[in-house]
Amino acid sequence: MTQAFAAARREKTQFDVERVRRDFPILGRDVRGRPLVYLDNAATTQKPRAVLDALTRHYTESNANIHRGVHYLSETATQAHEAARATMQRFFNAREAREVIFTRNATEGINLVAQTFGRTQVGEGDEIVITGMEHHSNIVPWQMLREQTGATLRVAPITDDGELEWDALERLVGSRTKLVAVVHLSNSLGTVNPVRRVVELAHAHGAAVLIDGAQAAYHFPVDVQALDCDFYVATGHKLYGPTGIGVLYGKAERLEAMPPYQGGGDMISSVTFEKTTYNALPYKFEAGTPHIAGAIGLAAAVDYLTGLGLDQVAAHERGLLAYGTEALHQVPGVRLIGTASEKASILSFVMEGVHPHDIGTIVDQEGVAIRTGHHCTQPVMDRFGIPATARASLAMYNTRDDIDALIRALDLARGVFA
Amino acid sequence: MIDLRDLYQEVILDHNKRPRNFGQLAAPDRTSEGFNPLCGDKLTLQLTLDGDVIRDVAFDGSGCAISKASASLMTESIKGKTIGEVRELFVKFQDMVMSDTETVPDTDALGKLVVFAGVRAYPARVKCAVLAWHTLRAAVETSGGTVATE
Repeated sequence: MTQAFAAARREKTQFDVERVRRDFPILGRDVRGRPLVYLDNAATTQKPRAVLDALTRHYTESNANIHRGVHYLSETATQAHEAARATMQRFFNAREAREVIFTRNATEGINLVAQTFGRTQVGEGDEIVITGMEHHSNIVPWQMLREQTGATLRVAPITDDGELEWDALERLVGSRTKLVAVVHLSNSLGTVNPVRRVVELAHAHGAAVLIDGAQAAYHFPVDVQALDCDFYVATGHKLYGPTGIGVLYGKAERLEAMPPYQGGGDMISSVTFEKTTYNALPYKFEAGTPHIAGAIGLAAAVDYLTGLGLDQVAAHERGLLAYGTEALHQVPGVRLIGTASEKASILSFVMEGVHPHDIGTIVDQEGVAIRTGHHCTQPVMDRFGIPATARASLAMYNTRDDIDALIRALDLARGVFA
Repeated sequence: MIDLRDLYQEVILDHNKRPRNFGQLAAPDRTSEGFNPLCGDKLTLQLTLDGDVIRDVAFDGSGCAISKASASLMTESIKGKTIGEVRELFVKFQDMVMSDTETVPDTDALGKLVVFAGVRAYPARVKCAVLAWHTLRAAVETSGGTVATE
């Protein structure tokens, strides 16, 4: 191997964070007179130029409604929309494109499963198992289903490190379990759950599995066939794509057996006042005009992410997590909430004598954007006996400098409350 | 750049650290709870009444510096006032924190409470400052209960 070739190869495999940052226009702006340090990626990620360009291109060159026009633009838009579906199929390694349903977000995906699979497959006395680290969006739809069907909701507890208590989960899943709904990556703790094992456990008892992948899919590769899960939900705006678009993956045989979620146009193959025949997958679950531009923008985001390589992204973020964890340990009075051995780049913490909300306001004055509050996981806060945490969530464009800026801003917060 | 000291004034930091009237009353006439679902701030407010005069007041709970200091200063400023006077003060306080930063607060009516004028520059924090007041309103206007600010 020549030296030049080796260097070129290194170039190709190394993750060039500065180049990535230049692809995100917003990262160049100032906030409150300081360069933006964006550490609220678990809430939403910023958008690369590729996504902004795809949206502009769609609206300036190809905008039309899909699946119904015979004219040129409608055909172009339809092709782009279905190409976006194929992109998402490849991204999650689904067997078929019709297993990919476009939704508004991960929340809608979970509600869809609760109200279709749930309403027809779950009855009185049946059980749904979730974990103690679920986002409200993976709790409330099941509580609503419980009200509707008389099913029981059971919750697998978590440890002081924020890990799933495996033995307890094993005891909870049994012959009455119809569905296990589990978060892949906890938004408030950063815990990565052993979802493949959860699927094996649930399937051994004949239960289906829904994985809430809202936080996971932008941190590391997700392969729904390897996981063998029945349902997987994700949201576009955390995948560097637009808001208002998400994906529900479901195994074809599961989706086929489910009734439609909403009624309307596009989800039917024929309608008379006497009888309506529903459309085939995936359209059966996509009533009304969908977020066409959103799907196209999401596909552009996923193409961009795939181009960088999710393995490289994951390696970069692992480095940031290690650096950030160590840096926060050095700050007097800081305690990390969520110290699982398998973690992604989410750093939730509390600080002695300073309420998370005050931390958030003070670091914002330094241009550092973090999230404070319960992060839509009130049961997690109750579990740790705290009202809220401050959360720095890192994405692929973050750097060690960003973490240093956070630490400096935390020193300022300590100074105010000294 | 906005000066953080405008928000975190010494009086506020002091009341956050050493909240006044913090704890519970032995025999309250009214009890109400305030909850800020966005931040997780929780507050219990108790009063004893003598006719329509607030004889004693105490609060308990957890929250950020702004909500805690606001509750503390509120309890100090309402003790001995009639419900009518408290109602007026609530309106003055709310007007101040909701006004733009150019408006001059009514210092005569608000007294020490003007330290919260700095909150105006931080719209996301206004609800922290008013949580105690909404809880107070629930206590005096009704027979208590739970209020939530969003």
